Amino acid sequence: MYAIRQWSVRHARGLNAFYKVFESALVALHPLWKGLGYQRLERPVAAVERRVKGLLFDCRMCGQCVLSATGMSCPMNCPKNLRNGPCGGVRANGQCEVRPEMRCVWVEAVAGSARIPGGRDALAAVQPAVDRRLQGKSSWLRVARERAESGVAVGGAGGAS
Amino acid sequence: MIFEDEPVPGYPLPILPGHSSPGRFERVLRAGEFAVTSELAPPDSADPEDVYRRARIFDGYVDAINATDGSGANCHMSSLAVCALLTRVGYAPVMQISCRDKNRIAIQGDILGGAAMGVCNLLCLTGDGVQAGDHPQALPVFDLDSLTLLGTARTLRDEHHFLSGRKITYAPRVLLGAAENPFAKPVEWRAQRLAKKVAAGAQFVQTQFCYDVPLLTTFMGHVEQLGLLDKVFILIGVGPLRSAKAAEWIRTHVPGVHIPDAVVRRLAGAADQALEGRKVCIELIQEIRTLKGVHGVHLMAYRQEETVAEIIERSGVLSGRVPWYPGRDPQTNATRMAS
Repeated sequence: MYAIRQWSVRHARGLNAFYKVFESALVALHPLWKGLGYQRLERPVAAVERRVKGLLFDCRMCGQCVLSATGMSCPMNCPKNLRNGPCGGVRANGQCEVRPEMRCVWVEAVAGSARIPGGRDALAAVQPAVDRRLQGKSSWLRVARERAESGVAVGGAGGAS
Repeated sequence: MIFEDEPVPGYPLPILPGHSSPGRFERVLRAGEFAVTSELAPPDSADPEDVYRRARIFDGYVDAINATDGSGANCHMSSLAVCALLTRVGYAPVMQISCRDKNRIAIQGDILGGAAMGVCNLLCLTGDGVQAGDHPQALPVFDLDSLTLLGTARTLRDEHHFLSGRKITYAPRVLLGAAENPFAKPVEWRAQRLAKKVAAGAQFVQTQFCYDVPLLTTFMGHVEQLGLLDKVFILIGVGPLRSAKAAEWIRTHVPGVHIPDAVVRRLAGAADQALEGRKVCIELIQEIRTLKGVHGVHLMAYRQEETVAEIIERSGVLSGRVPWYPGRDPQTNATRMAS
């Protein structure tokens, strides 16, 4: 929902802090997820993730979440799916070129990232092209598994709530 | 400037050490000349002569010609085809690639194809949304964005493989370009966005129309602070405004074009508004030229391309230099073709 999405950007700092704790918990519980089977968990977890992130961010379930690197403004809400910054068409009032009734998600992202410690550095990182195969999959589970199994951070800023 | 190893039209120049492409445009930039580029609006036609006629207008005044890729989301002849026609006779086109209409499979194919046809310069763009053009019912693709497109082209060129990892046997020798709009929100983050593009592979940048030099100066200051001045060739977009009414229309209807009130007022107060529009453009070019880190101008004169020669001539930015065009050096060409 648009109003809640904007609230989330205004509260980017708190949401990011909460997600960090949440993500650590997910990674710590890796043995449990493994025991239950990631495959089996995929559908129910993705359903929860879709609800929660859908409400907070209008999440599109791209499956490779970068919210921590975009000031909690979901880049998949950009009509051009831009994941590396705004296009050149942003209107003078900061509204979207394609959907004038909506604020540019990147104007929001730049504002939101300033509220997150290290957010501007994360924003400066070049995000890779989207892997369309991950559409609809749980980003939470993927991040938990990859971090637990590799022991290193995934994709710089990695996933986010 | 005449290069001693100037090839027969359509043949590539030797690639100099440190250069990415066998192109004339890269030679001009790296030689430290003030470069001039313009934009060719691809015709709504299948007649090659329509392309050549539009290119000839710029003869002797531009170092490279941008072939737009469905600009404004309107359908025209493809940029790849326009470039292929232009390279046949020796012009140095900049092939614009937009992410709107093609996915990564088609785009990589076009980069290889373009390079095979003699294209030495790519401009990697996101592209206008389909709602802006004459086919609003079309599917917007946007599989890549302008940054991942730059990265893709660089992968093909420098790592000699597709995004899939599959090897290519002969890499495209191309100079990579990007666009930037220093005048659109979030203004304070635009230089940072340029830094991202440079990190992704951009070697030159052509900006959106500039009518606000103070704002541009601020942007260039940020660019310098980020240490980008010696990493990217910056060409500033300029263009003549036909009238105050046209200026008003453009700034309300064309997303991302910022025209200050003072410019509109100046045009409105002039007896001959079109002439005043060209004067404004010339003054902007002369002012922009003095800014540190600016390597040229990109003169976009949509539907008034015939004014390009006059504007460049009167601005004096070429300092007597005559950019190459087919037929500039008839003697040299005749000798070479005979040898």
